[in-house]
Amino acid sequence: MSDPQIECRALWKIYGKRQVEAMRAVQERSLSKEEVRDEYGCVLGVRNVSFSVERGEIFCIMGLSGSGKSTLVRHINRLIDPTSGEIHVAGARVDRMGETELRQLRAEKIGMVFQHMALWPHRTLAENAAFGLEVRDLSPPKRRAAAEKALAAMGLEGWADHYPDQLSGGMQQRVGLARALAADPEILLMDEPFSALDPLIRRQLQDQFLDLSTKLKKTTVFITHDLDEAIRMGGHIAIMNDGEIVQIGTPEEIVTRPSDDYVREFVKGISRIGLVRAETIMTPLDGRQATPKTISTGSRLDAVIDLFLSDQQPLTVIDPLGSAVGQITITDALRALRG
Amino acid sequence: MKTDLYNIFDTEWVPVGDWIEATLKYVVENIRYIFQAIKVPFDLVLRGFEGALTGAPDLLIYAIILLVAWQAGGRRIALIAGASMLAIGLMGAWEPAMTSLSIVLTCVIFCALIGIPLGIYAARSDRFWLILRPILDLMQTIPSFVYLVPVVMLFSIGNVSGVIVTFIYALPPVVRLTNLGIRQVRPDMVEAARAFGASRRQTLLKIELPLAAPTIMAGLNQTIMMALAMSVVSSMISVTGLGQMVLRGIGRLDMGIATVGGLGIVCLAVMIDRVSQSFGVSARDRGHRKWYETGPVGAFYRPLAKFRHAAK
Repeated sequence: MSDPQIECRALWKIYGKRQVEAMRAVQERSLSKEEVRDEYGCVLGVRNVSFSVERGEIFCIMGLSGSGKSTLVRHINRLIDPTSGEIHVAGARVDRMGETELRQLRAEKIGMVFQHMALWPHRTLAENAAFGLEVRDLSPPKRRAAAEKALAAMGLEGWADHYPDQLSGGMQQRVGLARALAADPEILLMDEPFSALDPLIRRQLQDQFLDLSTKLKKTTVFITHDLDEAIRMGGHIAIMNDGEIVQIGTPEEIVTRPSDDYVREFVKGISRIGLVRAETIMTPLDGRQATPKTISTGSRLDAVIDLFLSDQQPLTVIDPLGSAVGQITITDALRALRG
Repeated sequence: MKTDLYNIFDTEWVPVGDWIEATLKYVVENIRYIFQAIKVPFDLVLRGFEGALTGAPDLLIYAIILLVAWQAGGRRIALIAGASMLAIGLMGAWEPAMTSLSIVLTCVIFCALIGIPLGIYAARSDRFWLILRPILDLMQTIPSFVYLVPVVMLFSIGNVSGVIVTFIYALPPVVRLTNLGIRQVRPDMVEAARAFGASRRQTLLKIELPLAAPTIMAGLNQTIMMALAMSVVSSMISVTGLGQMVLRGIGRLDMGIATVGGLGIVCLAVMIDRVSQSFGVSARDRGHRKWYETGPVGAFYRPLAKFRHAAK
């Protein structure tokens, strides 16, 4: 079942002239970020991060600005070189790659989307989208065909010969996505792709991307500073603070079992209604009588509440095999809703 | 030597002048051939331009200038260029103006050829820029009269030496603005190019240089203007052209000829400035029309494209 496409092991990034010394000191004496800065004049960017991303899943990295999430994602295609640690992408050791190999990996296997689109204003949309193919010296007709296909997939048919500044922000970011998809890579890196857009457009693009993602099944690393977005997009979420991953888990795990106060603070305002499953809030039957009203273990809290709307009889929770495993009372449901 | 503490700095403690003179003497006596070799490419290009511009019929050159101006900046620029050149022609300063123009063009070609790569490298390497900057400052601030003498001794007099003097004076802006233009390219544009597998060379040619082009063109425009400004000074080492008219006028207290030369320089400057500035307008500001869709080429191209479209 486990088939990681991307795996980082014990990844460290320290910026500064004395990074090697600082690295050793941090590992031996486990200095804090401030101590590293004061003693070595180095900045700790990423601190001992390990995670793996399964083939085809969307893996969200969530954190506030300065938490090191953008730095972290740039290690996957090595726009930033790690100070130490291993990076495995599609079975290859990215941290050991030479320049040529690395360029090939970036052009063929990894597509990237940037926060401020970073479309090149002097190139048409087709030329933007086909850039990865152009640097690999594909013939112009092939490039053109791939670019048009990618633009069409993002709903931009007929725009190929326009220029980025003739488009709205939302459309520009769709070009950004088309550019990332044009070479048909296995992996997508998305660095806060929708943060610069207004909420309505952001929502549209999220939906469009989710749609596309279920079709194309690209392994995606999605950076965001917005937990709502992370929950909408991600199969798994990693929460970063000060260069470290504080917690990794499914959206439900993060929301229901935050590992520390930092995460707890984040999940405070998050609606649990479509997130928490019946299994999580039920109490074991322990010999109590099963009630006639039943619900499956995987149902979400909103379905539970719907059932309580007609009457307040406790619900019996049934597992996929059909046996009763637990019970939910209206009190359980209300408590779960409150968090 | 008696030292007078009261006027201590009246004594020449460090004989800079003597050193320079000795060095120059050594260089002239021993390695002058190197400088004579440097002269060759300048000489070739200059002779090409001069031959073409002064040899061809005046009206043909006039027409070519008009067409180039039209292509570069549209009808308005063509009108300005046409009027300036007509003024020069009617004042009878056409021949010297063509000489001046060929010196300026030669100078610009070499400034671009040497200045743009220098600027690119300066943008890449902070250390190189740190070394280059004071040299450029020196080239721009040292009065040009100072290096007239060594240039004459090393390269002798004449138009080619004029190009070299002008080159020294006019090189800095194109280096500076190329450096600036490339440093000002948004970092995420460069990062995106890298993220899609571009090599440094590809990033430079496909992303950085095109995005820096308007700034680089502004630098070239500055270079052209400075080259023109040098024409009077360089006429002191017997460079011909409009500058020489001015110098002759001053020497003979002939106000007429000096004014004609001066006005000629102004008109030539207006023409070159407007045309070269139009080259620097980015495609975005032109409404994304390709260069061959505008100007005289466009006038031919558009009906042709329409015809081909109809044939399909």
